[in-house]
Amino acid sequence: MLRLPAFQYKKPRSMREAARILAQEGPDAMVVAGGTDLWPKMKRRQMEPKTVIGLRHLSELRRFDGNSAKGWVLGAGLTLHELENHPVLASNYPAVAEAARSISSPPLKTMGTLGGNLCVDTRCNYYDQTYEWRKSISFCLKKEGDTCWVAPGSPRCWAASSTDLAPVMLALNARFLLVSGEGDRMISASELYQDDGIRYLTKADDEILKEVHLPAVNGDVMAFLKLRRRDSIDFPILNVAVWGRCACDRKTFEDLRIAIGAITSRPFVAEDASRLLVGKAMTPETIEQACEAAWKISRPLDNTDLDFSWRHKMVRVWVRRALELLVQRSALS
Amino acid sequence: MSRNTQNKESLNVVGKPLRKVDSRAKCTGQTIFVDDLFLPGMLFAKILRSTRPHALIRKIDTSRAEALSGVRAILLGHELPITFGILPVSQDEHTLAIEKVRYVGEPVAVVAADEEAIAEEAIRLIEVELEELPPVMSIREALDPSTPEIQAYGDGHNIHKLVSLEFGNVEEALSRSDVLLEDLFFYQGNTHLPMEQHCAVALWDPDDRLTLWSSTQTPHYVHRALARVLEVPAARIRVIACPNGGGFGGKSDPFSHEIAVAKLSMKTGKPVKYTATREEVFYCHRGRHPVLMKSRLGMKKNGTITGLEFQTVLDGGAYGSYGVASTFYTGALQTTTYQIPRYRFQGARVFTNKPPCGPKRGHGTPQPRFGLEVQLDKAAEKLGMDPAELRLKNLVQPNSLTANWLQIRTCSLDQCIEKVVEASSWKQKFRRLPFGRGVGLACSCYLTGAGLPIYWNSMPHSGVQLKLDRSGGVTVFCGSTDIGQGSDSVLAYIVAEVLGIDPFHIRVVTADTDLTPVDLGSYSSRVTLMTGNAAIQAAERARELLDEIAAQELKVPKERLAAAGGKIFDCENPEKFVPFEKAVQLAESKFGTIGTVGSYKPAESPGKYKGAGVGPSPTYSYSAAVVQVQVYTDTGFINVEKIWIAHDVGRALNPLLAIGQIEGSVYMALGEALMEEQEFRHGLHKIPSMLDYKSPTSADMCEVETFLVEEPDAEGPYGAKECGQGPLLPVPPALVNAIYDAVGIRIDEVPVTPEKVLKALRWRADGKAPRYGPQMFPQVPYPEAKMILPPAEGGDGRVLAEPASRLQMRGE
Amino acid sequence: MIQTTALIHLRVNGRDYHVAVAPSKTLLEVLREDLRLTGTKHGCELGECGTCAVLVDGKPVLSCLVLPVELEGAEITTVEGLASGNSLHPLQESLADLGAAQCGYCTPGVLMVAKALLDENPQPTREVIKEALGGNLCRCTGYLKIFEAIEMAARKMRAGGSENKEKQLFDCSAHASAWQSQG
Repeated sequence: MLRLPAFQYKKPRSMREAARILAQEGPDAMVVAGGTDLWPKMKRRQMEPKTVIGLRHLSELRRFDGNSAKGWVLGAGLTLHELENHPVLASNYPAVAEAARSISSPPLKTMGTLGGNLCVDTRCNYYDQTYEWRKSISFCLKKEGDTCWVAPGSPRCWAASSTDLAPVMLALNARFLLVSGEGDRMISASELYQDDGIRYLTKADDEILKEVHLPAVNGDVMAFLKLRRRDSIDFPILNVAVWGRCACDRKTFEDLRIAIGAITSRPFVAEDASRLLVGKAMTPETIEQACEAAWKISRPLDNTDLDFSWRHKMVRVWVRRALELLVQRSALS
Repeated sequence: MSRNTQNKESLNVVGKPLRKVDSRAKCTGQTIFVDDLFLPGMLFAKILRSTRPHALIRKIDTSRAEALSGVRAILLGHELPITFGILPVSQDEHTLAIEKVRYVGEPVAVVAADEEAIAEEAIRLIEVELEELPPVMSIREALDPSTPEIQAYGDGHNIHKLVSLEFGNVEEALSRSDVLLEDLFFYQGNTHLPMEQHCAVALWDPDDRLTLWSSTQTPHYVHRALARVLEVPAARIRVIACPNGGGFGGKSDPFSHEIAVAKLSMKTGKPVKYTATREEVFYCHRGRHPVLMKSRLGMKKNGTITGLEFQTVLDGGAYGSYGVASTFYTGALQTTTYQIPRYRFQGARVFTNKPPCGPKRGHGTPQPRFGLEVQLDKAAEKLGMDPAELRLKNLVQPNSLTANWLQIRTCSLDQCIEKVVEASSWKQKFRRLPFGRGVGLACSCYLTGAGLPIYWNSMPHSGVQLKLDRSGGVTVFCGSTDIGQGSDSVLAYIVAEVLGIDPFHIRVVTADTDLTPVDLGSYSSRVTLMTGNAAIQAAERARELLDEIAAQELKVPKERLAAAGGKIFDCENPEKFVPFEKAVQLAESKFGTIGTVGSYKPAESPGKYKGAGVGPSPTYSYSAAVVQVQVYTDTGFINVEKIWIAHDVGRALNPLLAIGQIEGSVYMALGEALMEEQEFRHGLHKIPSMLDYKSPTSADMCEVETFLVEEPDAEGPYGAKECGQGPLLPVPPALVNAIYDAVGIRIDEVPVTPEKVLKALRWRADGKAPRYGPQMFPQVPYPEAKMILPPAEGGDGRVLAEPASRLQMRGE
Repeated sequence: MIQTTALIHLRVNGRDYHVAVAPSKTLLEVLREDLRLTGTKHGCELGECGTCAVLVDGKPVLSCLVLPVELEGAEITTVEGLASGNSLHPLQESLADLGAAQCGYCTPGVLMVAKALLDENPQPTREVIKEALGGNLCRCTGYLKIFEAIEMAARKMRAGGSENKEKQLFDCSAHASAWQSQG
């Protein structure tokens, strides 16, 4: 049986207290909500916090309120199961529900949370292994070693972002509320992520993601597609979220964003690809141009399932399929 | 055996969709698997495993581990110097590596401690100093004379085994062909991935007796290995195989951990448990060999086969395991489905620095079957024939001898083909579906039990004892191991059928070397046939006693008696009966305590050449499958829409369970065909986890329509043949044949991953050969083939004195 | 790090347990090793196989990835709590009837996930069942008999449980009459 290392479990009464403990304990402390990412990583000694701060019981993290004019606020502690089934999300933010639905497997969705998925550790098949396995390759840059085995000459870690919800949040331009002992801070979704396999989040160690603020959608359309080998359990090896706002003439999108994840260490908005389609007729040709632009800036590496050059090819296909779905869902004539 | 051909209507238990006798336990979580055992004072063991694929052990320092509080014993290799292995010819494993490690994951040291967590901490405190050797990670590297040798024995440089057999002059036959096909195929290695991790508990008791509970498919062979390595008389060792939480061949070898916990219990006087982690299960392995194949098939214009030359190279991993048998199996059953008048088989197994390969569902035969069935599809296309017709034209005949001297009994492959052709609307679909969708067909054959035991002896392969007592209670004792296939239930059904009682009244005691007569184990699809025949014999002998007493009591001749519904009655006048319980009491009064035995041993096989021991079986099962696919040409993904499979099972002792075995086989085949693969990188397993080693989930499973073809075989109990392995075989080739039908590309290897499909599609679009598969076959130093004349050419099953080469020169 | 044990109150299958365990022990470990409820099995302990699924307040969770300290006040149901006395849950009956438990090792986890599904959706389609079981790996059955068993159980439960009682498929008298007709 794989077992957890010893640690202290703390159960704060509020987010403020949780943030305070986190600040006090420094890098030796971590927070846990669903536990579906942290516990396996601790069992494999990829993470060895001395203190684990439980958030699961905090009702502050379970907010779900708003309206169609203002948008909605989602507590980071909502479970993925709650997201996939929420009627507001299903009707107004289908991409959020679709992304939540696509994550791992049903029992893990009743455990895993919104915040947990947005902050999920980057993955790499040189890193997501047991202690003994990693010892066999003298460990890697992300933990205890000095080589990134994916790109041995590289000074950085190339572990891949593996969140399914982040691309959706990027496409929607959602905002995140971070809390710390110092106070609260609101950032845009894209500000949370950076292209480094180790420091893949920009937030300070003592900041905790508390809320997701979804902007109002007035007839906006969106879609989410995920690539993985099996139809369940697997992490994404590519995902694409698209969002579009129809122009008044109902012939084009006046604004559109294509966000891509699970390719590099950071989920990102394919700016050029998105811009190519703003105000343009959505024809097979324009869509193909956008796919080409998205493909150009995507650089998958050989650290996850399936052949990486094939995954690169799939960027075009998945962006195309997502855009086609977007058009289908829109009222474009 | 009259019971074996008894007609269906006269059977009361056999052939009915009954529950398994252990179904309630399994559906309430009450089945006790090994890891569910907690004995008083039990210690927990963890194994320190090699972190390098190939290295000399310079030093092992256990001092820090010994000092850890709660550590009770540490075991190193030199304490168990005697080697073991499943086959007598490959006793090449040490419990713990002594001088050298040969793969990442090989056991090096074991710690027993008060708690598993302490044992885990302790193994991390053991310091092992290794001197690295270059690892040998592929067939090509193994055959390269400049690489270091992994084992000090074998048939050549890093070659474990070479086989070379020829049945009739093959070159001459091929030269007479109108069409000669030459193809290379590759079947990737994959692993069993049973849901239950390997686990063993040992108890050395104060009376100097050892009991081992293990998740093993072969308690008898584990018993022998323990006696050998521990140097303890076998009579003082008891091995109990708990119900296996899945086996599929992966728990058929004696394992280091079984011996290690036994030794640790001897050292400490306490019970010791070891439970593998999931990653360690990948290192235990013994799974499907990666096999590279070269096949030359000759055909006449009319579609008849003239001859076949088949060459294989198996990537065996670091140790022998079943490898010698596996090597023979990559050739032995190529002749059992179609009439192949002349046949040459050359096989080689190489050593590499990976966990040892061994038997996985279909043991050594899915790989060559894949090659043969794909090649036949190509042949059909060349000849402009329907692949189903081509196969029907060449079918082996019932009660015939194959070119390599295998005795075919019943064969209903024709009916199997007709069933799936009809059910799938094959004739309307083949080459007629729109681009992107297609159907493919393939057939197969499998053993119903290996004809020979693993070690040479002339004792029964399976024994059954029956105890009947005055309570009316019946207990069946048999060494067989239930690995989920339902072997305990089969014993109960058969005994109930003969004695005419409710199978759920019968107590089944199995897989306990102290209590039960030997059964060789749950491998080679042997259990239903062999234990079934033994059970029939034991039950018939009990019936004789009961009938004798009942005849007296009812004053009717014995011949008129029948047993059913808990009564022994007069067939002419069913109102006249003796209740079963009373019959036992009367019998016990007359004969004393009632106990009977039955045993089974397969008949001798007609082949007399060296190597003829692998392949013979009391009878063979047959399957045919049609797979329908959709190929996504933009991604290369394959969507399997539906599978139709028909299986010649002889007779289904329980149709529900038989269908369950077939569906499970189809599932496992899909995993092998589409995703499962043992991949290595930097000398170690790339993906040793349930998440990264891809086995199909419920969401990935397609619709399967199963047909049981029942023609009772006189060799099988109530006519039964196997159904747990054979139905895996036709699925991978049928799937790639379907891909060809859908989009015109040949994928000559499995697994069929999307990038391979996409590449082949690209080559097709560019006007290049639309084929993905191996490009070259290595130079293998096969010895000159031993020539054995096929039965049709007047042979006697022995090797000809004259070497094959001279015979060929004369063109005979 | 030396771990002190914590006194934990767990409510499992309607019974209260007070156990002193290291806080780092998972629910799986406590169920099996401290409460000796070994019906819950384990296949990876990393959340990858679904074997150890139990219900927490009616929802399926993987016991290998949850700590008892997080579950105080929750109602935990394991496979041992599925039957009432000797009367099996319709799901257990159906899995037994269709031979859907081959080796039986994944069965407890499958049963718990299926129970949560049927409690939420009494008439699931095949597609819904396939998705719901997506986290429970099985290597024996190819899942098909499991799907059928869940559908069968759903039908029985909708019919009101009257068919739930144990019904033996083996009927001696019927078979005896088959003999008679031949005699």
